[in-house]
Amino acid sequence: MTHLPFIASAYALGILMPVAFALDAMRRVGTARRRLATIDPREQSRRNQDSK
Amino acid sequence: MHRFANPGQFLRLSGAVLPWLTGAALVLTALGLGWGLFLAPADWQQGDAVRIMYVHVPAAWLASSGYVALAACSVLSLVWRHPLADLAAAEIGPVGAGFTALCLATGSLWGKPMWGAWWVWDARLTSVLVLFFLYLGHIALVRAFDDPTRGYRAGAILALIGVVNLPIIKFSVDWWNTLHQPASISLTGAPTMYIGMLWPLLLAAFGYTLAFAAIVLARTRAAVMERRIRILLMARASSDAARETAS
Repeated sequence: MTHLPFIASAYALGILMPVAFALDAMRRVGTARRRLATIDPREQSRRNQDSK
Repeated sequence: MHRFANPGQFLRLSGAVLPWLTGAALVLTALGLGWGLFLAPADWQQGDAVRIMYVHVPAAWLASSGYVALAACSVLSLVWRHPLADLAAAEIGPVGAGFTALCLATGSLWGKPMWGAWWVWDARLTSVLVLFFLYLGHIALVRAFDDPTRGYRAGAILALIGVVNLPIIKFSVDWWNTLHQPASISLTGAPTMYIGMLWPLLLAAFGYTLAFAAIVLARTRAAVMERRIRILLMARASSDAARETAS
C-alpha cells in the first residue's frame, strides 16, 4: 500500500476523534444522572420504578 | 415541535433513540471505513492515498452540515427563545469544531503526498479554516458571560452571521482557481466517481452523520440534566437562606 503512514494517521484520527467525543458524552451523562439521583427525589423514584 | 422540545419529553425520547443511533453509526462507519481501506480500488493517479477520502470527505460534509444545524438552533433560540435550542447549539459547537479539525487534519495528510505541501492558502482550505474559527468563536462566546442566556444570544448571532461562509466553502472551487479538486458528487448531477469508490464513501458519510447526531444527542441529554441539577441546587440554596433569615 502506498503512502501508508498518511493513510494510517488519517484513519487513526477519524476513529479516535469521534470515540473521544462519545466517551466524554457518556461520562457526562453518567455523572449528571448520578448527581441528579442524589438531589432530585423525582429522579430517585423514577430509578426505583425502572429497577422493579 | 414544542411538545418534543420539552426537556422531560426530550430526555425520554432521546434515551430511547440513542442506543439504536449509536449502534447504526458504529456498524455503518465500520463498514464504510473497512470497505474504503481494504476493498475499494486505489486511484490510478493518487494510488492508495485516495483512501484518505473516506475519512476526509464525511468530515468535511459534517463540518458544514453541523454548522447548518448550529444556525438552525440559533434561529430557534432567537425567535422562539427555546432553552433546548440554546443547549443543543452549545453542544453542537465543540462537536462541529472537532469534525472541522478532522477535515483540516486529514486534508493536510492527503495534501502532503499529493501536492507536496501540508497547507496551501487555497480558497477552499482557507474558507474551511474560517469555519473552524467560527466554531471556536461560538464556543468562546457562549461561555464568556456569567449569565448563560446572554452567552447563548451572542453565540446565536455569531452563528447566523457565519452562515455567509457556507456558500463560500461550497462554491470556492468554482469561483477561484484552487488546488483543491471540484466536487465529485452533487445533488443535481450524476457522480463523476467510480461506483466502487462511491458506495463506501456514502456508507462512511452516513455512518459519521449518525455518529455526529448520537454524540450531539448524548451531550444535549447531559446538558439538560446538568441544567436541572443547577436549578435544583439554586432552589435548595435559596430556601436554606430564607429559612436561616426567618430563624
